[in-house]
Amino acid sequence: MVMGLINANPVIHEKKERRVRQAPETTDENAVEPIDQLEIFDHIRDIKDPEHPYSLEQLNVVTEDSVELNDESNHVRVTFTPTVEHCSMATVIGLCIRVKLIRSLPPRYKVDIRVAPGSHSTEAAVNKQLNDKERVAAALENPNLLDMVEECLSPTFD
Amino acid sequence: MDRGAGAAAELCEAHRLAGHADRVWALAWNPAPGAGAGPVLASCGGDKTVRIWKRAPDGAWHCSDVLEDTHNRTVRSCAWSPDGKLLATASFDATTAVWEYNGGDFECVATLEGHENEVKSVSWSPSGSLLATCSRDKTVWIWEVQPGNEYECVSVLQGHTQDVKMVQWHPHLDILVSVSYDNTIRVWADDGDDEWNCVQTLTEANNCGHSSTVWSVSFNHKGDRMVTCSDDRTLKIWDTSADLSQPKTGEGHESWRHLSTLTGYHDRTIFSAHWSSEDIIASAAGDDAICLFAEENSSMVEGPSYKLILKKEKAHGMDINCVRWCPQDPRLLASASDDGTVKLWELRGSVLD
Repeated sequence: MVMGLINANPVIHEKKERRVRQAPETTDENAVEPIDQLEIFDHIRDIKDPEHPYSLEQLNVVTEDSVELNDESNHVRVTFTPTVEHCSMATVIGLCIRVKLIRSLPPRYKVDIRVAPGSHSTEAAVNKQLNDKERVAAALENPNLLDMVEECLSPTFD
Repeated sequence: MDRGAGAAAELCEAHRLAGHADRVWALAWNPAPGAGAGPVLASCGGDKTVRIWKRAPDGAWHCSDVLEDTHNRTVRSCAWSPDGKLLATASFDATTAVWEYNGGDFECVATLEGHENEVKSVSWSPSGSLLATCSRDKTVWIWEVQPGNEYECVSVLQGHTQDVKMVQWHPHLDILVSVSYDNTIRVWADDGDDEWNCVQTLTEANNCGHSSTVWSVSFNHKGDRMVTCSDDRTLKIWDTSADLSQPKTGEGHESWRHLSTLTGYHDRTIFSAHWSSEDIIASAAGDDAICLFAEENSSMVEGPSYKLILKKEKAHGMDINCVRWCPQDPRLLASASDDGTVKLWELRGSVLD
C-alpha cells in the first residue's frame, strides 16, 4: 500500500526481555507509587512504526536509555532516533509517543519529546513542533492524523 | 482581610469554577457587564464550548450559559466587544463566531470564514469597529464591523513566517500587535488611507526580542508599554515614547524598544501575561505557577525595572494557559488551566515596598 518508503530496508533489532514487575510492598492505596524509567519505556516500546510492521523498539527508535525521568519534579524527557536523517515520519512518531504518554502517565507529569541530537536534518523544527502543545492539540483534532496515531498505538499480537 | 501597608502580598484562591470537560485555553472578562451587574467572565477550551460565569449577589459564582454546537473543534480564544454586548470566539475549525446576548440566550449572529486553518486569537479594536483574527495560516485578518451583523475583511496581513499565536489591539488606538511561532512581534498600523502595514518587527537579533515562540502580549492601561511572554521562559517589557497616533507608512519606525527582560521566574513555557489597571503584571506558565510583577520605584538611576512580587507555585494541577485581571476589580485575577478548571484569585496585602 505504501509507495516509496522513506526507509525501505530498516535494520531490525531483537526485543529485549520484559522485566517482571514486583507487586508494590505497601498496601496503602493512597501512597504515591513512584514511576521508574523502565515503566515509561514499557509504555512506548511497542508503538508501531508508521511505515513498517515493527515496533519502535525493534527499529531502535527508542531504547530504555531514551527515557530520562526526574520523578521528584514530575519531568519526563524522551529522546528518539529516527531511522533515517530526513525521516518525514519523525513528527508522527513523536506525536505517537506523546499521545501514548498522555494516556498512560498521571497528569502531573511534564513530558518533553525530542529527536536525538544530530539524528535529523530539521532537528530544531521537529523539536519545536513536537513541544508546542497548541500544535499537538490541533493535530489530534485532525481525523486523518489521529487515525494514523491510533493505528500506531493499536495493540499488536505477535 | 488586611489590605493595609506592611502585610505581605498574597494570592488567595477564592473560587474554583468547574464545568469544562477538557483543557481551558482562554478567558475574557466582560468590560461592560451593565449597570448594577456583577463581573462576567467567559471561558473557552478543548471541549468546543464557551462558558459564561456570573457572580450572584451572595458572592457565589455559577455558570449561567454554555455556548455550544457552533464550533466543531477547540475554541482557542474569546473576546468581548468594548461595549460588552458581543462575544467573539476563535476556533481550530478555521472560523470566528460572534455571539450576541438577546436577553435570554447567547445567539450566534455571525460566522467569519476565510482563514485556511486554525484561528488562534481574536481581538476587538478600542472603538469596537474593527476585529482582528490570526491563524496557523501565518496571516492576520482585519474585519470591519458593518450594520446588520455583517463583517467585511478589509485586509489580510502577511509577514509572519509561521503560525500567528495572538493578536491584540492597543487600548486606545487602531494599532495592532501580533506575536508568533516565528519568535517575532509585529506592529501593524493603518497609513491613514485604510492601507494596513507592518510598521515594526521586534526580533531577537535586532531588538533583544524572544528566542522562541511568543505566546502572548498585553498592553498597560496607558498604552505606552507592553509585555510579551514566550517559550524561551522569559517575559519582555517594551516601551514607547513615540506619538503613536501619527499615521505610519512602511517599516523602519523604531517606536517600540526593549526595556527589560524578566528571566528565571518560570521554568517552562510562559503561555500568558496580563497587565492590570493597577500596573501589576500577572504571568502563567507550563510550570503550573502564577507570578506577579510590578515596577520597582527605587531604581530610577538605572532606569525602570520590574521585580517579582510573588510566585504562586502549584496554582493549578497542570499547565496554566491564561491569566486575566478583572477590569471592575483590579485585585481579582482569573486563571485557566489544562486541568479543566478556572480559578479566581484575590490579591491581598501590599504590593509596594
